[in-house]
Amino acid sequence: MLRTILSATVLLIVFTIITGIIYPLSVTGLAQLLFPFQSNGSLIMREGKPIGSLLIGQYFDDPKYFWGRPSATQPYSYNASSSSGSNMAQSNPALPCVIKERIDRFKSPDSDNSSRIPIDLVTASGSGLDPHISPAAAEYQIKRVAYARKLEEAKVRALVAAYMETRQFGILGESRVNVLELNMALDGLK
Amino acid sequence: MTVNGIEQIVLYLIILGILIKPLGNYMANVYEDKNLGLINILRPVENIIYRMSGIKKEDEVSWQKYATDVLLFSLAGMVILYLIQRLQSILPLNPQRLSSVPPDSAFNTAVSFVTNTNWQGYSGETTMSYLTQMAGLGVQNFVSAASGMAVLVALIRGFVRRKVNTIGNFWVDLTRTVLYILLPLSFVFSLILVSQGVVQSFHPSTDVQLMQPFVSANQRVSTTEALTIRTQTIPLGPAASQIAIKQLGTNGGGFFNTNSSHPFENPTPLTNFLELLAILLIPAALCYTFGRMVGDTRQGWAFLGAMFVIFVPLVFLDYYFEQQGNPYLSSMHIDNLGGNMEGKELRFGIAMSVLWASATTAASNGSVNSMHDSFSPLGGMVPMWFIQLGEIIFGGVGSGLYGMLVFVIIAVFVAGLMVGRTPEYLGKKIEAFEMKMASMVILIPAALVLMGTAIAVIIKSGLAGIANPGPHGLSEVLYAFSSAGNNNGSAFAGLGSNNPFYNTILGIAMFFGRFWLMIPVLAISGSLAKKKFTPASAGTLPTHTPLFVLLLISVILLVGALTFLPALALGPIAEYLISIR
Repeated sequence: MLRTILSATVLLIVFTIITGIIYPLSVTGLAQLLFPFQSNGSLIMREGKPIGSLLIGQYFDDPKYFWGRPSATQPYSYNASSSSGSNMAQSNPALPCVIKERIDRFKSPDSDNSSRIPIDLVTASGSGLDPHISPAAAEYQIKRVAYARKLEEAKVRALVAAYMETRQFGILGESRVNVLELNMALDGLK
Repeated sequence: MTVNGIEQIVLYLIILGILIKPLGNYMANVYEDKNLGLINILRPVENIIYRMSGIKKEDEVSWQKYATDVLLFSLAGMVILYLIQRLQSILPLNPQRLSSVPPDSAFNTAVSFVTNTNWQGYSGETTMSYLTQMAGLGVQNFVSAASGMAVLVALIRGFVRRKVNTIGNFWVDLTRTVLYILLPLSFVFSLILVSQGVVQSFHPSTDVQLMQPFVSANQRVSTTEALTIRTQTIPLGPAASQIAIKQLGTNGGGFFNTNSSHPFENPTPLTNFLELLAILLIPAALCYTFGRMVGDTRQGWAFLGAMFVIFVPLVFLDYYFEQQGNPYLSSMHIDNLGGNMEGKELRFGIAMSVLWASATTAASNGSVNSMHDSFSPLGGMVPMWFIQLGEIIFGGVGSGLYGMLVFVIIAVFVAGLMVGRTPEYLGKKIEAFEMKMASMVILIPAALVLMGTAIAVIIKSGLAGIANPGPHGLSEVLYAFSSAGNNNGSAFAGLGSNNPFYNTILGIAMFFGRFWLMIPVLAISGSLAKKKFTPASAGTLPTHTPLFVLLLISVILLVGALTFLPALALGPIAEYLISIR
């Protein structure tokens, strides 16, 4: 019995060294060497300072920007240090009220927009950090953004089209637009 | 359902199907100690490990000794993992200066990772230091998966061997699994993940200046002024190396709180596809390994047939449910055709979220890429039922197939009863002892799930955790105990379970759900190994035919349905009926 406990403990320590230290360290070494941008969070730099990650959404409420999906992170939206979904059930009576608020948020600066709001704009993502919106969700906001920026709608629409990501290899996932990237490009428009 | 969604699911099934044979063959080579090609360079490491820990690889042991070794190894793992969490604040590699994990949560997490459940009561990015993640949780991701596979191999030996008392050497099976199967696959997989954007870094988290600062309505600087949020904290850590093994080893414990819905854990549709593939890859391939080791690959294909016949229709059914919009929102001015997107990530869409939910619960993986709590009533029932079927439709690595073999024993027994013959499987007679052990394997998880749920819903601290009102609240509790009792690890995550009551009771459920199944399984193996081989005669039931597959499926579905239908009727089914009123 004692010998077995000793073997078990030594084996655990050996595996801790192999799978818990050597393995992650060598993966880190290779990752930093081969993919330094990705392995450090895909950070977008401006003037030497990080202003966001390509993969992590940010919260926008200014009408001149495209807005991302609702986020259920606490205590404020798009809190990247505490990812979370809403975990609200379809049958939860509070959910329609929350969705009503989300609808109102889009309607208030854009009251004459009569199209139906795409579902992804009024539902919280699983992580609360979803960086993307659907093409329909971008289309829905073009009018508001163009008006707030005093730009022609066609110009904004062309920009959205330029930042559209299609399905990976033509089949995987869904078509989408990265909100942060699109907004940065908007600010860059002259 | 969209054409593209169906195409993705079909593509997934095809690629999974193609990989079964080569990997299954390779794993059989590992366990039969044959030539491993390039991986042979790791052979000296294996011998060094044995020398350091005083293990003689020729020593073969009885089932009792094998079981003792598994248990002691797991207990040692639990103690070490508990201590690492409790001492985290004074250990190195803790750049966020996280405090030590509270005792109840540390106990729950230690049991959770050692039992290959990986239920997460905690939130990764705010609770666990880099050291705890990689040297604590990460290590158990490897060795708990390997323990499950070792027990499977021991059971297979029971079928293969004749008139002997030994079923192999646990330390050797464990070491070979980690070294030759899990480690090489994880290494390659983690680098692919990084290339797509999964983080792998020891830097502390980075603060970035938000492009557009905003006022947080919930937070106030003073009574009159709300707080303006100007920065975002981007978490980092050695995530990719952890995620690779958590997918491959049917572990499922995420590096970040929201698991594989987090963009750093699963950034692109490609990573999603590969992580999904990793969930079912080893459990499916082990069926082929089994077939080869018993000398008749048709037996393995028969299991795969049964698994796919149950899996595929339920995936499409679930896809159908989730593609329907939420009926409670039908009067609102929204485009509800996009399906039930609450809790789902846009880059995956409905199809890949549903396929994941099905695969992760069919296998006892338990990672998630969408929030199951926000699924439609019936859409959420499918994953829950996959768990309740006993984690044998693919199931956990090793544990899934040994669970399936137990159902096979029941199926041949039922068939034997019908014709009044002593049932046999692979030339071994199935007698009273095997049947007793098999019944335990089926009854224990069912009892843990139903009794645990019953206790939780009559106790105040159990009810306090419920997040959603109505029948869905019961579903949350039922899901939690299904997940713990069957070592899955996914959750209806609204349930507030990081408290002493749930941490303790779920910890106990996970413990018994793992080891009280392993021991009877090893007992079956020991008993079978002692028996002589009975050659097949005209009266022997062939176990590779469609007829037998059908019988096996019926037994699985009957047990699963009869045991859990009453509970499901009070939860998801009631919730559905109310929603269509």
